[in-house]
Amino acid sequence: MRRDRMTLGLIFMLPLVQLLLFGYAIQTEVKHIPTVVFDQSLSVESRDLLDAFGASGYFDMTYAASSYTEVNQMIDSGAAKVGIIFPPDFARVIQRGESGQVQVIVDASDNMVANQAMAVANSIGLLQSQKVLLQSKQFKGPPYDIRVRPWYNPDGITAFYMVPAILGIIVTMTMVIMTSMGIVRERERGTLEQLIVTPIKSYELMIGKIVPYIALGYLQITVALLVGVLIFHVPIRGSLLELYLLTLFFITASLGLGILISNIAKSQMQAFQMSFFVMLPSILLSGFMFPREAMPKVIYYLSTIIPLTYYLDIIRGIVLKGIGFPYLVGQVVSLLVFSVVLLTLSILKFKKKIA
Amino acid sequence: MEYAVTTDRLTRVFGNFTAVDQLTLQIKPGEIYGFLGPNGSGKTTAIRMLCGILEPTSGTATVLGYDLSGETEQIKRRIGYMSQKFSLYDDLTAAENLGFYAGLYNIPRRERKSRVQEMLDMAGLTGREDELVAHLSGGWKQRLALGCAIISRPAIVFLDEPTSGVSPTSRRRFFNIISRLASEGTTVMVTTHFMDEAEYCNKIAFISSGRLMAVDTPDNLKQNVLAGCLVELDLPNAMDQLENIEQLPYVKECSVHGLLLHVLLEDESNLGLLEEYTGVPAKPITPSLEDVFIALANKN
Ligand SMILES: Nc1ncnc2c1ncn2[C@@H]1O[C@H](COP(=O)(O)OP(=O)(O)OP(=O)(O)O)[C@@H](O)[C@H]1O
Ligand SMILES: [Mg+2]
Repeated sequence: MRRDRMTLGLIFMLPLVQLLLFGYAIQTEVKHIPTVVFDQSLSVESRDLLDAFGASGYFDMTYAASSYTEVNQMIDSGAAKVGIIFPPDFARVIQRGESGQVQVIVDASDNMVANQAMAVANSIGLLQSQKVLLQSKQFKGPPYDIRVRPWYNPDGITAFYMVPAILGIIVTMTMVIMTSMGIVRERERGTLEQLIVTPIKSYELMIGKIVPYIALGYLQITVALLVGVLIFHVPIRGSLLELYLLTLFFITASLGLGILISNIAKSQMQAFQMSFFVMLPSILLSGFMFPREAMPKVIYYLSTIIPLTYYLDIIRGIVLKGIGFPYLVGQVVSLLVFSVVLLTLSILKFKKKIA
Repeated sequence: MEYAVTTDRLTRVFGNFTAVDQLTLQIKPGEIYGFLGPNGSGKTTAIRMLCGILEPTSGTATVLGYDLSGETEQIKRRIGYMSQKFSLYDDLTAAENLGFYAGLYNIPRRERKSRVQEMLDMAGLTGREDELVAHLSGGWKQRLALGCAIISRPAIVFLDEPTSGVSPTSRRRFFNIISRLASEGTTVMVTTHFMDEAEYCNKIAFISSGRLMAVDTPDNLKQNVLAGCLVELDLPNAMDQLENIEQLPYVKECSVHGLLLHVLLEDESNLGLLEEYTGVPAKPITPSLEDVFIALANKN
């Protein structure tokens, strides 16, 4: 063990890096939630309320929409997590002394963000209403009537947003650990040496190693989805075919990572440790447990180099939101880039030579 | 093709350690070429280079007429290699392992079955073809690994310590197969630590610390390597005497062979002196390959 520098290094690095990372990353309070506003009233009253939303620090008025469809698109694509909609007669209703309705749409496919956004929106409504009531006696009810509508997972069922995410984690973990350990095992046992003296081409060898794992990944996903649907009644709102197609890039990216690790690891033990070292940030930073919106900038950027981050968008998007490829182009391209870079690197590094 | 393998000052350096040092040798087609040397002398390293899976640091080599720099893929198609730990897939059956390698060497599909059967016959595995390799014992595994290495009917096979860890009967059986292969025209390069196996070879190359010390037929090596006179001593306390005898000015080497001592004298004329010193008769003998091995290893 004293001689195994890599293991020793990992033992020290693991708590150091991971704790530092997560000490900073784990913020359950989500601020600056990207918000889209569709203000049909364009009045002093609507602006007052919006200012209150903005001033709370929880909502960033990132987009202004000019139609319901636009709001839908923003939230479907994940660009905005919250939509605030003022009806055209908002100001007139309030001036008459009645309650003006405001719709607050919340993307509930991400539970933690949704819960917080809903609570904050409600309390802003109450607070602002009280302020107005103190100045004017003409109201019968609260002037601002905030109607929060959680989308995609209206009942906030934990399993609905957890099952797809856990599926992603299981797949990436299995792929990374199995490939890295599998290849290192072949090297340790000498079968790899026996393989590379045959006329098989580098890329053929790679394909031979990768294809079985891809099949395995799909098998896992199928089992996990079946459990999700049959036992937890997770609705699959989007196209299953699309989900399967887009999953390919996630599997290949994970395999690429596994092969890369196998190039560095000297023993199966090390391969396992490294896989673990790489997987932990995936679990904690990808938005699986903690909302990425709440992370400090540096860590947020770190989370953009984790394949799982993109896959969570894809699988939650297709399963819960029922959206399709057009909304997920960015994520798919990112995974594709990961796959191409990682696999090319490993094929180049794997030159049918030893040492 | 005059030679199956030629190397010219082939060298491999790891860091600042030279594992193979300016190795120059020729192997004729159809020869059984023995590659002998102490542990760590660079045998495996040299063979790996010849198989095209390890880049030489300097020097050149041709295998079956193909240049090692740039034509490794042509070489790989025509050679067989059995690595030091015969590495089969434990979770496949004997026949599946053979089938797998038949596929890797692009043996036409319709021919595969007969080829696999041929190898099973050769290895004496007929009837056990569906057993998992994990359940086979050493000798069977070894012959199966050879089958995987020669299923493509290579013109040359490199066997790296193919008989380590198997019983004498299995070793004998294995070398019978090798002799048959060679008589059919296959060139065989084999490393071994067993002197009886070395006797099977047409040529023996001896390397030590990466350097080629001697190449010749086993008989010639026995005759020529030891300059001096080798005698056998039957001393009651051979072990205690070993150091004293080594100190004698006219003794070049002294080693234990069972209960006997082998002493290499500068010259036949020293015979009397030694008998006088030890008090037992010194019997001149023809050196064995083992004597040659030890003498060459100590030279370095
Ligand atoms: N990849 C490598 N990196 C560094 N050193 C190496 C490497 N491969 C071999 N060596 C060193 O080169 C030397 C020769 O090794 P090699 O395996 O060729 O010896 P060998 O003659 O086959 O020995 P043995 O009879 O024990 O099999 C050894 O000292 C070994 O430690
Ligand atoms: Mg060796």
